[in-house]
Amino acid sequence: MTWLFNPRTGGLLVLAAVIALLPSILPNSFYFDIAIRVGLNAMVCIGLNLLIGYAGQISLGHAGFIGLGAYGSAILTGQFEWAPLTAMFFTAAMVALLAFFLGRPILKLKGHFLAMGTLGLGIIISIVLNTEAKWTGGPDGTMVNPLTLGSYEVYGEQVWYWVVGGVLLVSVWVALNIIESPIGRALRALHTSEVAAETCGVDVARYKLLIFVVSAVYASLAGSLLAHYGGFVTPVDADFLKSVELVTMVVLGGMASVYGAVIGAAILTVLPQLLTAFEDFEHMVLGLILMLTVIFLPKGLLPSLVARLKRKPKAEEVA
Amino acid sequence: MYAEFLQFLLSGITVGATYGLVGLGFFIIYNASHVINFAQGEFVMIGGMTAVFLVDAGAPLPIAVVGAVLAAIFVGILLEKLAIEPARKSADVVTLIIITIGASIFLRGLAQVVWDKDFHSLPAFSGEEPINIFGAVIVPQYLWIMGGAAVIVAALWYFFNKVPMGKAMTATAYNPLAARLVGIRVKTVMMLGFGLAGMLGAIAGILIAPIAFTSYEAGIMLGLKGFCALILGGLSTGRAVIIGGIIVGVAEALGAGYLSSEYKDAIAFIIILLVLIFMPQGLFGKKGADRV
Repeated sequence: MTWLFNPRTGGLLVLAAVIALLPSILPNSFYFDIAIRVGLNAMVCIGLNLLIGYAGQISLGHAGFIGLGAYGSAILTGQFEWAPLTAMFFTAAMVALLAFFLGRPILKLKGHFLAMGTLGLGIIISIVLNTEAKWTGGPDGTMVNPLTLGSYEVYGEQVWYWVVGGVLLVSVWVALNIIESPIGRALRALHTSEVAAETCGVDVARYKLLIFVVSAVYASLAGSLLAHYGGFVTPVDADFLKSVELVTMVVLGGMASVYGAVIGAAILTVLPQLLTAFEDFEHMVLGLILMLTVIFLPKGLLPSLVARLKRKPKAEEVA
Repeated sequence: MYAEFLQFLLSGITVGATYGLVGLGFFIIYNASHVINFAQGEFVMIGGMTAVFLVDAGAPLPIAVVGAVLAAIFVGILLEKLAIEPARKSADVVTLIIITIGASIFLRGLAQVVWDKDFHSLPAFSGEEPINIFGAVIVPQYLWIMGGAAVIVAALWYFFNKVPMGKAMTATAYNPLAARLVGIRVKTVMMLGFGLAGMLGAIAGILIAPIAFTSYEAGIMLGLKGFCALILGGLSTGRAVIIGGIIVGVAEALGAGYLSSEYKDAIAFIIILLVLIFMPQGLFGKKGADRV
């Protein structure tokens, strides 16, 4: 069974198999739509998990980066008629630049101060998106052009499913490689003790900044895809509660577990759909799940499960 | 010109005083347990909403106020007993932040089920007759808010410095282990901290309900602004938190008046980012060395 637990062989294979086989049990485009949203949320969470789970730095503002990605694509393709892919990567580069310059002072903060700093950043982005109506359409949102590759237009849930599935696999693969590289080791070291890591020659500030930028780029790209897929984007995609939801997904699935982030995103994206019948109770249930997971499964679902299967409770070994 | 400035200043101080009260709630819980309680804004909401619905049900205002404060204290104590205490052993900052965020989402959901999703307002405590102060016009509720905040701050100072139970809380804030060694029940202190924070939040929510609408969502922004007040004060003393709140309130009012009312809510967060970047310990915080 051990090959199955090796994230870079078994894990990726299992994920690919799930993505490949899922369409055969999805009855209609409504379910494809949910699957696509799971994929895009999972993508953000994988990036966010590198920051929270591995580097141990909380961000309560990541939805802001989704919003910037989404609106960047919307504005560049809509008002400047750029090609969608160019717009997407240019936006991601700009978001990376922003994260680089703002991340440097913000990541010096620790604990509650860091939570406040990232939260403030996210809220400022969300207020700007709400206010600059000339560019963003204000609270009502704005239309987004479809995603085109040359003359081919990505259209319909079925096609989008494979696009998002492919992107998700690449996202996981990249994240796993980062974790296994010297960068990943440096992150885990500074998570345990920044001072100890610094003493061993790890440039703590540089690695924290690097992973902050990487996670912002993940969110920006997912935001761009979300905008093109939905054809419409509103500031709700960037608000504080979305940021909280993302952190919840990471924590529920399992901090420091790439596949855990995917599972957390899947559960918290599907759950509200199941709860629509009890729409009024949706928030109560979400809040309850969040509290119960952290209290009873502090390591998250997947690491707790794997630890039980292996009967060796060492969550660190699970990537 | 001058009257306009005074107008902005007075409304800023008034709103800032409520931010300060909310911030004090954060501060008391932080001192008792080193938890930042992201559900603090929900205490404000519970206070405001309970008072509104008790008044609607025909209760006289004083009874409604007492009922609302008791409700928030009760919720605060429950939060500590059911959610914080079971998880305190893991004591990871991220974990505790997430628990309180979960609690706040839960309480917001509960409020929308128990009450409704509409906006409500409380009648002003003593009429709406405007008062003219050097050309600036304020409603009597402003005086209630400023006076209320001043009374609370004085009462808290007395409690934490003169009453044995309050002194026990101060001692626990300095050193929980040493406090236990001299016979202070740290668990009681924590429970009391959450109860007090619930009370402060509820009072802020009730005081501001006549001039600002309250709804099941009202706690989010007020909570975050209170957090701004706390961080601006640098997690150092209660007085610093109140001053932090007033700075946030005044900056907001002046910014909304002279710069852009649309960016009013952003101003608090821009200030906080600038302060965190240039003075990472807040305005009044001490520069501390990390213990390894």
